[in-house]
Amino acid sequence: MSALNTLTIAEARDKLRAKEITSLELTEACLSEIDGAGALGAFVHNTPDLAREQAQAADKRLSEGDAPDMCGIPLGIKDLFCTKGVPSQAASAILNGFKPEYESTITQNLFDAGSVMLGKLNMDEFAMGSSNETSTYGNAVNPWRRGNDDAALTPGGSSGGSASAVAADLCLAATGTDTGGSIRQPAAFVGITGIKPTYGRCSRWGVVAFASSLDQAGPMTKSVRDAAIMLETMCGHDPKDSTSADLPVPNFEAMLSGDIKGKVIGIPKEYRMEGMPEEIEQLWADGTAMLKDAGAEIRDISLPHTKYALPAYYVIAPAEASSNLARYDGVRYGHRARLDQGDGITEMYEKTRAEGFGPEVQRRVMIGTYVLSAGFYDAYYNRARRVRTLIKKDFEDVFAAGVDAILTPATPSAAFGLGEMTDADPVQMYLNDVFTVTVNLAGLPGIAVPAGLDKQGLPLGLQLIGRPWEEGDLLNTAYALETAAGFIAKPGRWW
Amino acid sequence: MSIDTATAAKVAKLARIRVEEDALPALASEFNTILGFIEQLNEVDVEGVEPMTSVTPMRLKRREDVVTDGNQQAKVLANAPDAREGFFAVPKVVE
Repeated sequence: MSALNTLTIAEARDKLRAKEITSLELTEACLSEIDGAGALGAFVHNTPDLAREQAQAADKRLSEGDAPDMCGIPLGIKDLFCTKGVPSQAASAILNGFKPEYESTITQNLFDAGSVMLGKLNMDEFAMGSSNETSTYGNAVNPWRRGNDDAALTPGGSSGGSASAVAADLCLAATGTDTGGSIRQPAAFVGITGIKPTYGRCSRWGVVAFASSLDQAGPMTKSVRDAAIMLETMCGHDPKDSTSADLPVPNFEAMLSGDIKGKVIGIPKEYRMEGMPEEIEQLWADGTAMLKDAGAEIRDISLPHTKYALPAYYVIAPAEASSNLARYDGVRYGHRARLDQGDGITEMYEKTRAEGFGPEVQRRVMIGTYVLSAGFYDAYYNRARRVRTLIKKDFEDVFAAGVDAILTPATPSAAFGLGEMTDADPVQMYLNDVFTVTVNLAGLPGIAVPAGLDKQGLPLGLQLIGRPWEEGDLLNTAYALETAAGFIAKPGRWW
Repeated sequence: MSIDTATAAKVAKLARIRVEEDALPALASEFNTILGFIEQLNEVDVEGVEPMTSVTPMRLKRREDVVTDGNQQAKVLANAPDAREGFFAVPKVVE
């Protein structure tokens, strides 16, 4: 039998139910992998005692025959999720020492289903970044390398620790969150599957807020089937989140037939970016051919406002962030700066926030403050929200014309080297989200599926975008793509 | 619209983030890069388009107007950097 930590959720579930393995064995296998993988920087707070306790409880449930699909499955949890009694600091120094007195709805849903938490995962500070380099914990590292080159690559961001941990088999799956591409870009960079569901599918309660109108959590997994299984457990209506959708959650896994005959797949011409690497073009063409061979109808479509999505995002997301992050004031939780004689409350705020927030977070909070300030609110913030309406309408129009899903590249490049973007201006880093950010602005479900390797041996992903609330249909199309692409490559172990 | 160091200082003040004097020129320059990127939005015809307020059409749910929790003083204060006598403590606000 191969090492237990390399199992998918579906395989582990079946073996657990067949009593071939126990959750405790599975959990120990993951814990020992985590111990040997410090070089990846993926796990930042380990919870082995809690994991063993949860695994034993899961084994009891399994033996009693009361075992949901996720029962006994060891997971990594992004540091953005508040987990009761366990450090939860959004990879920010301003939340040093913060241990929530409550549990996020999503982790509670997973725990209620019997899942096991191995620990908390690295990320960009407050989920602001595309390379995991803004974390207070230091970098998470991609388990993949360029051929024999030992340069450390980014696992992407902001869910970089989640991506690295799943790709390196430190856990069976992980939670991620996605405000502009933070699940899909890292999933593509490490060759795993990541889905951002429709806005409102997953409760945001207890998830540290970045940009509330864009934030959605989702699973990061080793297969599309696993994404279907885990997503079903994560989502559902939550009275504690006023934007949580009160809709029934279908059995997503049961919808994975792989049959996409007659489905209409849109190929948006605006996603053909100037300077896009030939390999990404080729991957996209290959993916299109695979869906066509599987019986789908391919249709060229236009989403005319695509190029305005990133600039609109970089008004709306910082604006919401500046408001959300106002709560970090050094009074109720987290870091408070040491004050000098005579310092008043304003100095306390200013020093605390200057010490606690990293440079990218400070930059975004200040940009948000600027675009919301008197005199600029209409010119920037309201204009961006109008453009957002048009971006959403672009999608509504193609869906109304009969398109079932849209196929695009997931990222404009393969994983880049850690430190390679240090000297670039901030906008260069923002371009990582060019294919993913439209989906957040329109509130749609999007999934990244690994589809091939570039000539340096790095994974590349494709993105499928679906109709609102039709994650089941989207997952099925992704399943057909996954089956046709047959991506089975794994990173060679160096850590 | 170009941001000078005085505007950068004002924004930092509004955001309640201390920025040292010598860091302001670099900050202003970064703002200008980002705002230059955002300026593209001026190309879009938004005449008659409503600003988006909710990405999914939904009515806010209402709950019963009843007490749902409370009596958790110790938990509320558990993470405070300075809590005294059941309160959050801060520097003197009123002389």
